[in-house]
Amino acid sequence: MPLIAIEGLHKRFGSNEVLKGIDLGIEAGEVVAIIGKSGSGKSTLLRCMNGLEAYQAGKITVEGTPVTQDETDLRHLRLRVGMIFQQFNLFPHLTAGRNVMLAPMIVKGTAEAEARTIAAKVLERVGLGQKFDAFPDQLSGGQQQRVAIARALAMEPRALLCDEITSALDPELVNEVLQVVKGLAQDGMTLAMVTHEMRFARDVCDRVIFMHLGKVHEIGPPSEVFSNPRTPELQQFLGQLH
Amino acid sequence: MMEFTLWDVVRNLLLAARWTIALSLTAFVLGGVVGLVVLFGRVSKSKRLRVAAMGYIELFQGTPLLMQLFLAFFGLSLLGLPTSPWFAAALALTLWTSAFLAEIWRGCVEAVPRGQWEASASLAMGYLQQMRYVILPQALRVTIAPTIGFSVQVIKGTALASIIGFTELSKASTIITNATFKPFTVYAVTALLYFALCWPLSAWSHRLERKLGAAHRH
Repeated sequence: MPLIAIEGLHKRFGSNEVLKGIDLGIEAGEVVAIIGKSGSGKSTLLRCMNGLEAYQAGKITVEGTPVTQDETDLRHLRLRVGMIFQQFNLFPHLTAGRNVMLAPMIVKGTAEAEARTIAAKVLERVGLGQKFDAFPDQLSGGQQQRVAIARALAMEPRALLCDEITSALDPELVNEVLQVVKGLAQDGMTLAMVTHEMRFARDVCDRVIFMHLGKVHEIGPPSEVFSNPRTPELQQFLGQLH
Repeated sequence: MMEFTLWDVVRNLLLAARWTIALSLTAFVLGGVVGLVVLFGRVSKSKRLRVAAMGYIELFQGTPLLMQLFLAFFGLSLLGLPTSPWFAAALALTLWTSAFLAEIWRGCVEAVPRGQWEASASLAMGYLQQMRYVILPQALRVTIAPTIGFSVQVIKGTALASIIGFTELSKASTIITNATFKPFTVYAVTALLYFALCWPLSAWSHRLERKLGAAHRH
């Protein structure tokens, strides 16, 4: 059974149907890239996976447990599925270290000293061990995003959802974030990422999902999807990128 | 006939000003506590709570404070509850203050970007934890200046309590005028005393607004 299983997922915003029947399974340890034009529903799909968006029909399960809008279920789900955002969303009133320590302490009840050790460890892992006491606005975009990754890692999730995490970064800062993600992938983390970084998707991901008009239009290993696109929509999408 | 010196006037007004300060502080502190409760209702996920809080705010913002004072004063005694001008004034001003503060604070809570809610939710925090550790600390910075600014309105609002017979600064100036027949002097001193109370707060609020409005965030 896949770690994240999606069956017949439908999602509407008012009368606008954004997801029109998605079936998808993401195995533990798998790294999946979701690509597609803006408005194709890729971010919405990701946000449904951790309950940030409610859906109207279909089913999502994480480790066999259904994703619902029930407050208790959601909190239980989010202990296992972390999320990283395009805009980093660090807590601006807390230092990098405190950003990372907060959730382990108040959600898991981890003692402060232990939370500090965990925070130091995950910040080290994203290459920011020396930035523990820096506030977010003292960090570059790339550093902020790495703190956000560390913050998610501190909760020891089974899977991480990455929603265009390099799209808000200056080009020269993209790589430092992708290197961290690559490291996670190599360590066996389950990753689902909406991305525009095609080279990264090709190099790191196990599977690429091309979304078009609210459906999974093509899916397969990157070698196939990128080198041998079968549908004109994907051909056109990939063509536009060059 | 007895002569009143200026000092007599000032001294008696200063004594009465204590009650203006006491009533303002009471209304502001208790109004803040009630306002916080109303705020939680106003930004709650439950529609029923939101509507109730909205109704509460509209009710107190949409009727004159004077009517609220009358209703508190006469309403309580009509219900057979023991009351006094002090109690009725403190009650009405507390409720009035809470409605305005809740609305001011709501704006500040809603000014916190949505991404902060989403990020904290994604870390498995519950609603109250999000509020306590993520949203309110950020909103607080923004609320300080308008909250202190509003305290000026509370002080001036206490003047209306004179009408239900509570002897604060305004009521005292009427009494002293009746005894001294020097309305201009008495009311001028009264106005100066109000100004002395309000202006520092107002200036402080403006300074904080500039300071906290500056770019850095911690």
